Amino acid sequence: MTRHTLSVLVQDQPGVLARISALFSRRAYNIESLAVGPTETPEISRMTIVVDVDDQALEQITKQLNKLINVLKIVEMDDTTAIGRELMLIKMRGDDAHRAAIMQHVEVFRGRIVDVSSEAVTIEVTGSRDKLEAFVAALSPYGIKEIVQSGVVALARGGRSIGDRAVRGS
Amino acid sequence: MSDPHKEGKTVMSEKITGAQSLVRSLENVDAQVVFGIPGGAILPAYDPLMDSKSVRHILVRHEQGGGHAAQGYAAATGRVGVCMATSGPGATNLVTPIADAHMDSVPLVAITGQVSSAAIGSDAFQEADIRGITMPITKHNYLITDAAEIPRAIKEAFHLASTGRPGPVLVDISKDALQATVDFDWPEFVDMPGYKPTTKPHARQIKEAARMIVEAKRPVLYVGGGVIRAGANKELRALADLTGIPVVTTLMARGAFPDSHPQHMGMPGMHGSVGAVGALQQSDLLITLGARFDDRVTGQLSSFAPRAAVIHIDIDPAEIGKNRVADIPIVADVREALSQLVPAVTAEFDAGNRADLTPWWKTLNNLRETYPLGYDMPTDGTLSPQLIIERLGKIVGPEAIYASGVGQHQMWAAQFIGYENPNTWINSGGLGTMGYAIPAAMGAKVGCPDKTVWAVDGDGCFQMTNQELATCTINDIPIKVALINNSSLGMVRQWQTLFYNERYSNTDLHSHSFPDFVKLADAYGCLGLRVTEADEIDKAIEKAMETNDVPVVIDFRVHRDAMVWPMVAAGMSNDEIQFARDLAPKWEREEA
Repeated sequence: MTRHTLSVLVQDQPGVLARISALFSRRAYNIESLAVGPTETPEISRMTIVVDVDDQALEQITKQLNKLINVLKIVEMDDTTAIGRELMLIKMRGDDAHRAAIMQHVEVFRGRIVDVSSEAVTIEVTGSRDKLEAFVAALSPYGIKEIVQSGVVALARGGRSIGDRAVRGS
Repeated sequence: MSDPHKEGKTVMSEKITGAQSLVRSLENVDAQVVFGIPGGAILPAYDPLMDSKSVRHILVRHEQGGGHAAQGYAAATGRVGVCMATSGPGATNLVTPIADAHMDSVPLVAITGQVSSAAIGSDAFQEADIRGITMPITKHNYLITDAAEIPRAIKEAFHLASTGRPGPVLVDISKDALQATVDFDWPEFVDMPGYKPTTKPHARQIKEAARMIVEAKRPVLYVGGGVIRAGANKELRALADLTGIPVVTTLMARGAFPDSHPQHMGMPGMHGSVGAVGALQQSDLLITLGARFDDRVTGQLSSFAPRAAVIHIDIDPAEIGKNRVADIPIVADVREALSQLVPAVTAEFDAGNRADLTPWWKTLNNLRETYPLGYDMPTDGTLSPQLIIERLGKIVGPEAIYASGVGQHQMWAAQFIGYENPNTWINSGGLGTMGYAIPAAMGAKVGCPDKTVWAVDGDGCFQMTNQELATCTINDIPIKVALINNSSLGMVRQWQTLFYNERYSNTDLHSHSFPDFVKLADAYGCLGLRVTEADEIDKAIEKAMETNDVPVVIDFRVHRDAMVWPMVAAGMSNDEIQFARDLAPKWEREEA
């Protein structure tokens, strides 16, 4: 089993997310993460789906996804040539004793303090999954109150856009 | 980007209701028959439907019957079958036929009423999220709440259902959309950027396939239902005649290749002939045509045709490599691919490349002579179900259409009736829907009124959908029913005999006592006949053949312990096939 990141262009129509998530559950494939958002083209949304499957299952997933009428294009994002980012917001207990140490970690991991109150500090950080895991590990001694994390969004490096690339599985 | 499909030209524009727009759209796509039942949410559509000159609506007795009738109509004619139902329970009653059509790639359009858009999501009376429910069992589906979108949805639905790999499409229309007044704009083109089925095969792959075909020493044409859906039987015949390669036709492909043809080895699979199963197991090349390596064909997948390379031709790319790796994958319409394969193989032959198939045929002929399909007659004087079905096929002949339910009678009808033509064997292969036969036969008869249509049914199946006999009688749809009544859920009983130590838990239907099927037939306005003796079989079938003013039901009271053989037990290797209980064929020793 290997982690694969798929970028899926879909028509932005009601029910399209349900179609995709239902397909994964019906075919018994687990989605590790899924992120949806608009693109440079109105009426087309882009999903970034991370799955942990072997190559044969990946081929089936892409072929089955391609059968959905609202799916326009599927491209696998290669980890070595694509940039993948997740966004995390972390709420830390804000006692003065640890604030300096927390600030130092935020700086090292290039995060930002986005909210401060008398009881808490909220930090925003983006990066690869590995980086976010390391960040959480670094902060955990100081009292994490709450974490929320997005799915991965990914984009290929270089000048080409997804529209130029071959469809996976075709 | 000057794709004419994108220009969305329109013709005709005038104010009508959404319901009128729906009926006119159905007329525009040349839908001739709709099987359905009205109800609250779909009611607006039924009013203009009454006035349509070209769309005939047949009022069924249960929406499931309407759905299977539309499937039978589609399977017999190759046209899109149409069924209609109201929201909620009307729509959910269509779920089984829709799932069935999805498994067997039947072109079906289901139109359902939905509660008014303002009430959607409020758990309104007769509300069900039928679009959500049918997402995994449709090729595509629509929820239409804007009347202006009805023509486009209907046009797209028919296009999707009938092109590429055929399948069911559901169009759910809210009541307010049916009632609204709109301009009728008929789109001249469909514009679906995410739907572009590949129909033309890759030329290099065809060439490579031809090379493998002429070199193979033990090739088999593994023919699936796709050949029938694609109308590729003539092209298949041409390739078979050209190459002399043996042919097996799966349950879904019976009739794609004439049973009388000397190269036909029969049906493969769990209840296939020893010859067909043996041919696949010993093959060195499977030329797979519109087939999907279903578990009922392959048995234990890892030991299926272990020495065979695979050429896999299918219009659905997702079928290729799903269960079995293909050495030569060809995504194409199988008819298109076969019509290119024939000249490609001819060219190889002309170049002197041709393997000698004589030893292969010697092996196969030996297999089929040693292990022909057969059955034992009951020793207690009761009727043999296989004999009845065999006599039915002989007397009625291959020009008729045979629809079946699911179970023992289905397997016997697949085994002992000789099929010569495509679209003459109609059954529920993938989903295995009991109750399919009566409504499917009804739909087939509506589509092919000049053909004789027989339903071969079991007493279990028959009691699930026989209310459509009323529809048949009232609408002058004179189907004939051979009811193979063994008073049991026969196939389940067979498994209990073989695998559950003859403990017959809940498989005795007592249908030699209740209901009285002759009286039931009579009550429905059908001719009811009963056969209990072997010498009455032919006479009853002949009587049914002479009766064309009303449907006929023959209650054949048969032996309940008859079993379907050969059999590969579920999950076992095809090599473990038994041609009778505890009797396995002797395979030829592999050449070293």
